[in-house]
Amino acid sequence: MNIHADRKTIEKGATATVSRPSGTAPSSTAKRRGPTFGWRLGAALAPWALPLLLLAIWEAGCRAGFIPARVLPAPSDVAIAFWATAKTGALFHHAAISTERALAGLLVGGSIGFFLGVLNGLSKSAETLLDSLLQMIRNVPHLAIIPLVILWFGIGEEAKLFLVAIGVFFPIYLNTFHGIRTVDKGLIEMARVYGLSQFALFRRVILPGALPSVLVGLRYALGIMWLTLIVAETIASSEGIGYMTMNAREFLQTDVVLLGIIIYAVLGKLADSLTRALEQRALAWHPSYQKVIA
Amino acid sequence: MTLAEGAFGRLATRRSVSERAGTAPEKEGGAPAASKSRATPGVEGLSLAFRAVGKSFGDRQVLKEIDLEIPAGQFVAIVGRSGGGKTTLMRLITGLDAPTSGEVVIDGKPTSGLQKSVRLLFQDARLLPWETVIGNVGISRETGWREDAADALADVGLSGREKDWPTVLSGGQRQRVSLARALVSRPGILLLDEPFGALDALTRAEMHQLTERIWQEHGFTTLLITHDVAEAATLADRVLVLRDGHIALDLEIDLPRPRRSYDPAVASVGARILREV
Repeated sequence: MNIHADRKTIEKGATATVSRPSGTAPSSTAKRRGPTFGWRLGAALAPWALPLLLLAIWEAGCRAGFIPARVLPAPSDVAIAFWATAKTGALFHHAAISTERALAGLLVGGSIGFFLGVLNGLSKSAETLLDSLLQMIRNVPHLAIIPLVILWFGIGEEAKLFLVAIGVFFPIYLNTFHGIRTVDKGLIEMARVYGLSQFALFRRVILPGALPSVLVGLRYALGIMWLTLIVAETIASSEGIGYMTMNAREFLQTDVVLLGIIIYAVLGKLADSLTRALEQRALAWHPSYQKVIA
Repeated sequence: MTLAEGAFGRLATRRSVSERAGTAPEKEGGAPAASKSRATPGVEGLSLAFRAVGKSFGDRQVLKEIDLEIPAGQFVAIVGRSGGGKTTLMRLITGLDAPTSGEVVIDGKPTSGLQKSVRLLFQDARLLPWETVIGNVGISRETGWREDAADALADVGLSGREKDWPTVLSGGQRQRVSLARALVSRPGILLLDEPFGALDALTRAEMHQLTERIWQEHGFTTLLITHDVAEAATLADRVLVLRDGHIALDLEIDLPRPRRSYDPAVASVGARILREV
């Protein structure tokens, strides 16, 4: 709020009409036009104000020698590490490998989860048959089976894919199942009265009805996807961001370790933004996603 | 019941459209069967009969030995208390439920399964929120549905709202869309399951006029479930009072249309129905 006010006053040449209580008609229209731009700029920048401030303090702390470089290198050092690894292409190579693993795992685990969610959501007998087994597996933390996975697959790609697939399976399965079960029964009945075939009923009533829930599952799954991948790559790997950071640890390159962490954050944020965009498009009909223009 | 000349003209053009649609080359799977159903219901109403129909849920007998003849094109109101079996009656006609005993006869033929010639307006409009208005009206996606749906929307006075989401519509507008959706398939029998119950008085009066006009134009047999006796007396040719699973009153209303609910003659009919409910 303070930032907005500051911006406003600066841009308006400190005329301070804003704070005057008895606003006459012309000044109120000026206020209307003036702050709109400043307010929008302020609103766009406001979320970044605190991170930038922290970054500045951090940089200053390192420069002044309060924070030893081995504990936490300065942001500028991380930027230099970024530049260095980007120049050799190593960074993009590792990032690409990690992304590929993540997406492959998501595709495999996600499709199985979605398929079983749909199956169990639609069929009571499939649910009776499968659900208790799935619930039992779900309650085992999937990272706890890493030793077993290494025994099965070694430290190759299969192990990571398997772990990620298991990790993303459950959020997608559970949310798809729940979404399908909570589709409005009245709509299904209506569709039957209007003579929709089984396929059309699924495609045009059940699936769209379950979609909000499925997408929530997807967003959960993305979080778990990165988490699992980081753990898997840190434990046993010969390429990928996890490998890069573990390798850097051995050579005490704290800046590269930090860089790896930041890359994970960026990739995670990117994935989340993509799903948000997907939600905006796919759920345009949903009142919660319609842009309200007051 | 008299049909205005204009209405006849309109029906004739509509029918020719449907014939054109029927002869058009079919591309979508399952369309041939669907287009056949479009031709059969026709625009005239179908007769409806109950032959000793009973329906029980477990030990509870909801309908007891109902015998009923409804000639084609009649507007019948069914009045009764909640839980009196009105909705069950509707579900038997659509084929959503099967009678425990007896049979439901439509157009002289005993029925089983879902009836394509019967359309139902639910108490809540039951529009698909993820489809636009026109997508909801053309829910069957039969050949030429876009034009048919646009026609039906014009019929209920909602032209220009085709691309809106149902969530932005008012309660009355949602019921209009729901009515348009029923009209697209040119039903032989239209069932109205208290569709105006949740509307405010002004919108309800508007919907009454609309329903009456559409019924007069299309000539389908109409069954209106309501617990508003004034509504029944204003709209119906005939009122049935359903009480404890049987028909307690079967009353023909022979008053000129359009009727007004405050008209003494209409009000006295209403009072008579109320005594039986």
